[in-house]
Amino acid sequence: MIESSETSASVGELVLSLRGISKNFGAVSALTDIDFDVHAGEVVALVGDNGAGKSTLVKILAGVHQPSSGTINFRGRPVTLPDPRAALTLGIATVFQDLALCENLDVVANIFLGNELSPLRLDEVAMEMRAWTLLNELSARIPSVREAVASLSGGQRQTVAIARSLLLEPKLILLDEPTAALGVAQTAEVLNLIDRVRARGLGVVMISHNMEDVRAVADRIVVLRLGRNNGVFEPDASNQDLVSAITGASNNAVSRRAERLRMERDHSSSAQAEELRP
Amino acid sequence: MTEQGNSAPLALDRADARVRHEAGIGGAVSAFLDRVRSGDLGSLPVIVGLVVIWTVFTSLNPVFVSSSNLVNLLFDCSTVGVIALGIVCVLMVGEIDLSVGSISGFASAMVGTLWVNQGWPVALAVLAALAFGALIGSLYALLFNRLGMPSFVSTLAGLLAVLGMQLYILGSTGSINLPYGSALVDFGQLMVMPRWVSHTFAAIPGLAMLVSGLRTVARRRTANLSTPSVAGLILRVATITIGLELIVAYLNQSRGIPWMFGLFVGLVVAMNYALTRTKWGRSMTAVGGNREAARRAGIKVRAIYLSAFALCSLFAALGGVLAAARLASASQQAGTGDVNLNAIAAAVIGGTSLFGGRGSAYSALLGIIVIQSIASGLTLLDLSSSLRYMITGAVLAIAVIVDSLARRSRASHGRA
Repeated sequence: MIESSETSASVGELVLSLRGISKNFGAVSALTDIDFDVHAGEVVALVGDNGAGKSTLVKILAGVHQPSSGTINFRGRPVTLPDPRAALTLGIATVFQDLALCENLDVVANIFLGNELSPLRLDEVAMEMRAWTLLNELSARIPSVREAVASLSGGQRQTVAIARSLLLEPKLILLDEPTAALGVAQTAEVLNLIDRVRARGLGVVMISHNMEDVRAVADRIVVLRLGRNNGVFEPDASNQDLVSAITGASNNAVSRRAERLRMERDHSSSAQAEELRP
Repeated sequence: MTEQGNSAPLALDRADARVRHEAGIGGAVSAFLDRVRSGDLGSLPVIVGLVVIWTVFTSLNPVFVSSSNLVNLLFDCSTVGVIALGIVCVLMVGEIDLSVGSISGFASAMVGTLWVNQGWPVALAVLAALAFGALIGSLYALLFNRLGMPSFVSTLAGLLAVLGMQLYILGSTGSINLPYGSALVDFGQLMVMPRWVSHTFAAIPGLAMLVSGLRTVARRRTANLSTPSVAGLILRVATITIGLELIVAYLNQSRGIPWMFGLFVGLVVAMNYALTRTKWGRSMTAVGGNREAARRAGIKVRAIYLSAFALCSLFAALGGVLAAARLASASQQAGTGDVNLNAIAAAVIGGTSLFGGRGSAYSALLGIIVIQSIASGLTLLDLSSSLRYMITGAVLAIAVIVDSLARRSRASHGRA
């Protein structure tokens, strides 16, 4: 386990800084006393088991939920995020796990939803052109931007949602499980995209269950467990350490399984040795 | 035409080889058939229904398609049609307003009381009625946004409350006659467009389509996007212009096109523009389709609901004023009976979905023509209103069944 200050020396200014964030849903404490930093040009992976509070934290940053207590500093200023528009205006873009697309609207309308060009006389040609540019940057495979989103596959919808988040040139992008619905090539494209976004000096927060993806792009891995901070890791930290931080003990399902497999292997090899013995 | 030479680079939106792109007129036809087959019916059911209804009534009584009867039909369409236009607004966001009949009745009573009894200038009385309508709608929106009251319930309560207010201000007399010869009553009963004006209006849609279509083609070409077929555009413009001019010429054989119908169509066109070509309309569609997604995209969802409810009640009040002008009276019966359901039925029959997020301003126009055709045809056959209710009810049921089935088919064919 390392201190976050050691890694932040190499990257840019502090974009986002959370101190003591808590969120209660009735009697349930989804988040307790969370500290969290993101710097410009840095990819922070947020990992944790189901129910660790990752999505809740992202929703607080997106303005969907309001924290019960704690402070949010964005680019050095304390801010409140009462609604999604406030977050978007500040420059925090979010790709939600459920994507939040309107299925009855076409791809262009979804990408520009809430930010249409020339509000009183929609500029469809300019919007369609910009949509294609964004989608091509993502090497997206969208058959037609004039089809309703209902006709797209899961991966295509994911791409549309990511393209939408880039539209407003945000300072910080939150990606909730961006690669969960994607195939091999598209996952690689999204990871490339994350690299490109980082190179442009944006802060990226990525939630993922896929340790391979996390290690591939993250500069820092922040572990949440049961709504609390449970360590910050370098991407080259051992799997053993990460898993034990995520599950909360060195004795966990993953280590038990490894242990069991080792025992079985030992047992069978000793049994074979028995058989071989005359 | 999407003609790309072998050397020319592919248009930005034609790079994906997996997608079949239809070109030319044959392509447009087969794309249309594809859409219908997958449940994206658009206005097709209502046009088919209209043809059936007109054929049946004409065979029973040829007077039905006479020019003078159709002009009367247009007068009758305008009043409830304007109310149906408001219903389209609330249906777009997936809500309902059941009190439009009462609001229209109260608006007519207000005009009668303020103008005839109190001696206000007629314009001021009409404005007061419209303002009242918008206020009621805002109240529904407040109840919906702040207290989470389902619009079904709040507007049902409004139906009774506003009807009570209508009976109260009309008092014991029960009805107020509006003076014949006044501008308002003339507008509702007599005023028709001069021939040249109606022919000019009939030419405008085609011209507008041509100009905006050609401009879009030019802009898309410079933007390296595929361009729609110019031949198809000209064919469509020609069909529409010739069709409208023939209709207008036929109606001009008797009295001509009512100005009141002109107002209705003008409102429909304006609403269609607002719903399809402005940010507000896009937000309405988004809220109707996926409210949470719209909220997360930064749309002020509450303001959208407010605008939908307020516009609906405003149009209901306007429809009430027009109905008062048409009947030259404001009575206790105004806005009661089938006005409410006719307006809702018109919007749904015209193709606006009860489930939100799908619809068009034109559905009010098409739907009300269907409803009034049934009413007019049955009146000509000298059948009682009992039959009219039953038949209109059946048509509404069929329209909703078509809507539900089309929705299911769209879901299985991957269309919104």
